[in-house]
Amino acid sequence: MTFLPKPKMRHPDLPKNKLGNTHRDYEGAVSTLCAGCGHDSISAAIIQACFELDLEPHRIAKLSGIGCSSKTPTYFLGSSHGFNSVHGRMPSVLTGANLANRDLIYLGVSGDGDSASIGLGQFAHSIRRGVNMTYIVENNGVYGLTKGQFSATSDRGSKSKKGVENFDAPIDLVSMALQLGASFVARSFSGDKTQLVPIVKAALRHHGAAFIDVISPCVAFNNHLGSTKSFDYVREHNEAVNRLDVMIDRQPIAADYAPGTVELVTQHDGTTLHLRKLAAHYDPSDRIGALTYLQERQVAGEVVTGLLFVDPEARDLHDYLNTVDKPFNRFDDDELVPGAAVLDKLNASLR
Amino acid sequence: MPQPITSTNDFVVKFANVNGSGSASANQMFAKAILRMGVPVATRNIFPSNIQGLPTWFEVRVSESSHLGRRGGVDLMVAMNPQTWTADIASIDPGGYLFYDSTKPMPASKFRDDITIIGMPLTDICNRAYSDPRQRQLFKNIIYVGALSALLGIEPVEIQRLIGEQFKGKDKLIKPNLEAMHLGREYAQNHLTPIGLQLKRADAVGDRIFIDGNSASGLGAVYGGATVAAWYPITPSTSLAEAFGRYCRKYRHDAASGKGRYAIVQAEDELAAIGMVIGASWNGARAFTTTSGPGISLMQEFLGLAYFAEIPAVIFDVQRGGPSTGMPTRTQQSDIMSCAYASHGDTKHVLLLPGDPGECFEMGAQAFDLADRLQTPIFVMSDLDIGMNEWLCKPFAWDDKRRLDRGKVMSYEDLEAGKDFGRYLDVDGDGIPYRTYPGTHPARGSYFTRGTSKDRYAKYSEEGAVYADNMKRLLEKFDTAKSLVPEPVRRDAKQRTRLGVIYFGSTSAPMHEALETLDDQGIHLDAMRLRGFPFADAVMDFIADHEHVFVVEQNRDAQMRMLIVNEGGVDPAKLLPVLNFDGTPITARFIADEIARLLRARKIVTLREVAR
Repeated sequence: MTFLPKPKMRHPDLPKNKLGNTHRDYEGAVSTLCAGCGHDSISAAIIQACFELDLEPHRIAKLSGIGCSSKTPTYFLGSSHGFNSVHGRMPSVLTGANLANRDLIYLGVSGDGDSASIGLGQFAHSIRRGVNMTYIVENNGVYGLTKGQFSATSDRGSKSKKGVENFDAPIDLVSMALQLGASFVARSFSGDKTQLVPIVKAALRHHGAAFIDVISPCVAFNNHLGSTKSFDYVREHNEAVNRLDVMIDRQPIAADYAPGTVELVTQHDGTTLHLRKLAAHYDPSDRIGALTYLQERQVAGEVVTGLLFVDPEARDLHDYLNTVDKPFNRFDDDELVPGAAVLDKLNASLR
Repeated sequence: MPQPITSTNDFVVKFANVNGSGSASANQMFAKAILRMGVPVATRNIFPSNIQGLPTWFEVRVSESSHLGRRGGVDLMVAMNPQTWTADIASIDPGGYLFYDSTKPMPASKFRDDITIIGMPLTDICNRAYSDPRQRQLFKNIIYVGALSALLGIEPVEIQRLIGEQFKGKDKLIKPNLEAMHLGREYAQNHLTPIGLQLKRADAVGDRIFIDGNSASGLGAVYGGATVAAWYPITPSTSLAEAFGRYCRKYRHDAASGKGRYAIVQAEDELAAIGMVIGASWNGARAFTTTSGPGISLMQEFLGLAYFAEIPAVIFDVQRGGPSTGMPTRTQQSDIMSCAYASHGDTKHVLLLPGDPGECFEMGAQAFDLADRLQTPIFVMSDLDIGMNEWLCKPFAWDDKRRLDRGKVMSYEDLEAGKDFGRYLDVDGDGIPYRTYPGTHPARGSYFTRGTSKDRYAKYSEEGAVYADNMKRLLEKFDTAKSLVPEPVRRDAKQRTRLGVIYFGSTSAPMHEALETLDDQGIHLDAMRLRGFPFADAVMDFIADHEHVFVVEQNRDAQMRMLIVNEGGVDPAKLLPVLNFDGTPITARFIADEIARLLRARKIVTLREVAR
């Protein structure tokens, strides 16, 4: 980690987005994670995505659990409200927050210990409820803060830094998210920013439960030979099924793609996703096909990345509950309290 | 044989049934008919954790003088369950009455010779009147209600009206039910004689309403402005969440769009339920969960977060018998300690102690104002007896001028005007800081909420002095709560006494009856009903004013007494526990007997004895 404070000076020529914000307006405090940590790259991708999407930082709520990954919301979006909750319980806190004000953008940041072990239940249930959120798991296969224990996403046969082999079968959060009805599912790699940034952007513009599993090597405890979550291993086995470009406001489509190699998906809010196919027959609108493909490639030792599934017409928890459009936290008394006359009538029915 | 009990408008009827047999609605009709005659009743369901086939009881206390707690003892037993026959017969007071199904002959040894036995061949009557087995079962209940109406002097017109109300919309059921009622009534008129327990039309109910505490709490949450309810099914709190949903569907839908101004989520467990409540409250909505003891255990970690990060939350705890799964369908007041000091580390929580459904409504609404004002969890400590039984209580009232108190929240304008915002900064000297809702201002007022130690401006800090400063402020805030929670209610004896009694919650009604009984015996007690924690100074003054103070509660370990000793620095020897913890609601007779026994055992003389 670095102890140097970030300089407050800004270069006058820093690029600005439509809101007049610079990249710096989306940054947070200096990271206290280990130098080279994959998580810092994910924070950078989030910053980049929010900058490019012209999002107002204060309209984003960032929530996390406990662990190295859950510390990261301090390091991005310094003007956003943040909530560092309890271990494995970010999803329920985020669900409640979302119910209270449907107008904010909800970004949940978690890790593999937080979401695949102690919080597996909350992960599953927030996905199956269709909470409108972007749920990022910074997946390094190891408990970093407590110094190197295997996590539930560690592959069977993967070796710890001390040479101990993991015998437990791994939990694949991507397959689970697909099975549980997530309407946007992606996997990426912290070392591949060009793939990750558009995925985060598309997820932030998605209406419904968007889940991103980001393989994020732990330089301190899980980046050695024998680990299946090391930089080298993931680079060698990364099998991207597509490359994504996110177009806002229906911008004209660049015509430099060969026919049949690009798929266009228009999301609920008008965002157009350009998917450049890398795996010829991969269809990101086919949930069951995606599950099958993932299983096959996993057995072959490959790490499938890209936008794996998207349902652009998804509904969210508020749609299911049929709630009013106005955020709950803005109701005045008259909208909440039925009043004395109603009670008189009710009293009469209770005699 | 002792003289058969004679009493008008003051007795106890107990129905022993098999659960799932349809007896509940018939028994409720019996009680409500009495109520409609202007005679107050209290009903208590004593039921198993089961859907069909196990014993269940329904106790009806009839009391023109409005003693609506459980009295103890049974004057008339309606014994419809062979499984519990022996114990049911044994529980009848000498001189009391037994009403039973005499279709099958029973040996004399199965009865008692000090009670009046009334046999009616119910099964036989049903078998002759109905061919469908389900009808035979259901109408049997109505038939015995009809027979009892003749024996006890219940006006049949009231039962007829109730049948009409109950089957409104299913009109073809009205006629057969009326016929069944008359079948029973006519049999009793022709073959049986009225008993010593009689009902006479009175005017003692007034404008009071008859409702269960869980419905009242759910309604209180609507009036308190709750918009988010997250819960996990657990007896005896489930019907509270259901009631909230019922009232929301009635009162919280936008007429134009048909959409709701509320969200109810059945969570995957109690941890998620309280997590959602905390998330919603953090974001400025009013949110609650409803649960019972096991749920409180599961929520402990989150409750510590809400305490330390200072997030409002309302928890309705409808207490049941613990520990562990304990007695899930029986009542207790045994979560006092686990709520008052919920979670690890140094914590203290605000408790509200409703004494009846009327207070469930009032405190249910007030809890949301307190949660926002104090920015901390507020527990509404109901129990199964209040929550799941219908009580007669004063009608619900609401002042339309009353505004919801959203507490200290900095607005966009405040922030824009440059007001200093420190999330954990005590600017008013009451220990309560200001908060902001997420998304309020583009550049000001955002902060990081966390369960870790932080300074007054919400910045992470592990410095000892910073941590201690924050923990001390939390104590000051708790002290502020003292003046905001419902005040205790003091009720002094007719004459000066050195004896006091402290009680709370569902103990209140039987306690009031016990005070009268003791008064008649020359034992005078000043009484104080607790309604909130932290304790008002008046509670400690009350204890100081008396030489001996009984603390009456429904748990084994005298938890409220423990809390008083701990928080008030009271000499434990001064507080004498009176404890009922068998899972059935505490009775007036038990309280009076136990207090009298303790006085004798400890050779404590009452003033009257001194005067002699």
